[in-house]
Amino acid sequence: MKKYSKTHEWVEVDGKIATIGISNHAQEELGDVVFVELPEIGKEVKKGEVLCSVESVKAASDIYAPLTGKVIEVNTELDTTPEIINQDAEGKGWIAKLEFTDESELDDLMSEEEYKKFVEQH
Amino acid sequence: MTEMKDDLKKTPLFNEHLRLKAKMVDFSGWSMPLQYSSIIEEVKAVRENIGMFDVSHMGEFLVKGPDTEKFIDKVITNSFSTLKNGEICYSPICNENGGIIDDLLVYKFSNQKAMIVVNASNISKDFNWFKKQAESFRVDLFNISEETALIAVQGPKTEEVLQEISQIVLKDIEYYCFTEGRVNGIKVLISRTGYTGEDGFELYVSPDASIPLWRKILEVGQSVGIKPCGLGARDVLRLEAAYMLYGNDIDENTTPLEASLTWTVKFEKEDFIGKNALLEQKEQGLEKVLKGFVISGKAIARHGDKILKDEKEVGYITSGTKSPTLDKSIALGYVKKDFAKINEEFIVKIRDKDFKATIVKLPFYRGTVKSKTKKKSS
Repeated sequence: MKKYSKTHEWVEVDGKIATIGISNHAQEELGDVVFVELPEIGKEVKKGEVLCSVESVKAASDIYAPLTGKVIEVNTELDTTPEIINQDAEGKGWIAKLEFTDESELDDLMSEEEYKKFVEQH
Repeated sequence: MTEMKDDLKKTPLFNEHLRLKAKMVDFSGWSMPLQYSSIIEEVKAVRENIGMFDVSHMGEFLVKGPDTEKFIDKVITNSFSTLKNGEICYSPICNENGGIIDDLLVYKFSNQKAMIVVNASNISKDFNWFKKQAESFRVDLFNISEETALIAVQGPKTEEVLQEISQIVLKDIEYYCFTEGRVNGIKVLISRTGYTGEDGFELYVSPDASIPLWRKILEVGQSVGIKPCGLGARDVLRLEAAYMLYGNDIDENTTPLEASLTWTVKFEKEDFIGKNALLEQKEQGLEKVLKGFVISGKAIARHGDKILKDEKEVGYITSGTKSPTLDKSIALGYVKKDFAKINEEFIVKIRDKDFKATIVKLPFYRGTVKSKTKKKSS
């Protein structure tokens, strides 16, 4: 089940592994993505810290780690075809996989329903 | 994400943009379309076929009176009096220190009448400046910005598309020339000008007429893939063509000589505001010059990023984007004169990381835009 952060990242959890990307709403706001600066594999991040950045024609935007953990895989497809994020932000446009350490942090994230409301209000 | 303020100014085409589902942004107090579909697709439409922009936020002033030539030549750095009727020139206007107050177009109707087209963000600043300078001249100044809508149609198929609905013979309008007449029965002032590096026209119309004209052009352009284009595409296109953006690449702290706009400064004119300062700068030599850079890798340099050489700061970026046409990261920036040579390499600091940047010849991309040709006498 997908969960969302207030900074517009999505998370999908499978056991101890969380797949992370930016929401479809964030993708729409950014416009054409032209460059994704992927995080290094092995990088350790705390929840709320900058994980990496996504650059659109308009501006560069920081992507924040929605959970604390270690980067174990990145979507290298984005190196050559960053536009996948525009085409399928919440699927093929995933950015990184994290091995997360604190399950309780998941409670701070929003459900799809809650996120929808959050977007409407902001 | 920036919240849209309610008090933003709207162009007469505002509702058309909403109807076309444009993403609107606040551009110096105006609610303007940033993009309709995607910036990259819109750039492509202009480079390959045709695109249309609402640029009604631009400002227009009329100058009338017996001293029109003397007055305009005093305020602009380029030469107005040597234009023929129906010709246009691009020019900076400078303060006494040679700093650029704005860059604009001057349309010459006659030696007693001209229209000046200025940047939206500078309308009141410019109008006050012109007013102040006009005190000792026999001219009247009118700010007609509110009564003037402006539609730019750009791209290699523009002439073909517009001719279908135009009562004017468009091929007779040369680059940087204009005429008045009717397009689709609507009264327009039309010029072969633009801000994209492609051939195209700009149409000045009354606000009410702008809506039917906009719709008609979209309709007749459909067969060749016309796209409405927003400010996002406009910025990419102008940067690929290496046209200056006021407030980014030029401002009151830069001079036309530094901005590689020396061709717009006519020192042979008897006098113009900023002449002494610019002459002095020319004689003493420039400290910084605007150049074009290609950045290796995919990161995009942004306004204010530092340019380094041997770990010393030697300049700064003023504009940058990913060029979809060239598939390269491109930028404009000022560097110390000593290093301002083609192929010279630098480091640009982008978000705390180092990227290699190389000076290249401008423009980055040359489209179908015509050039100014001297008429041969036949």
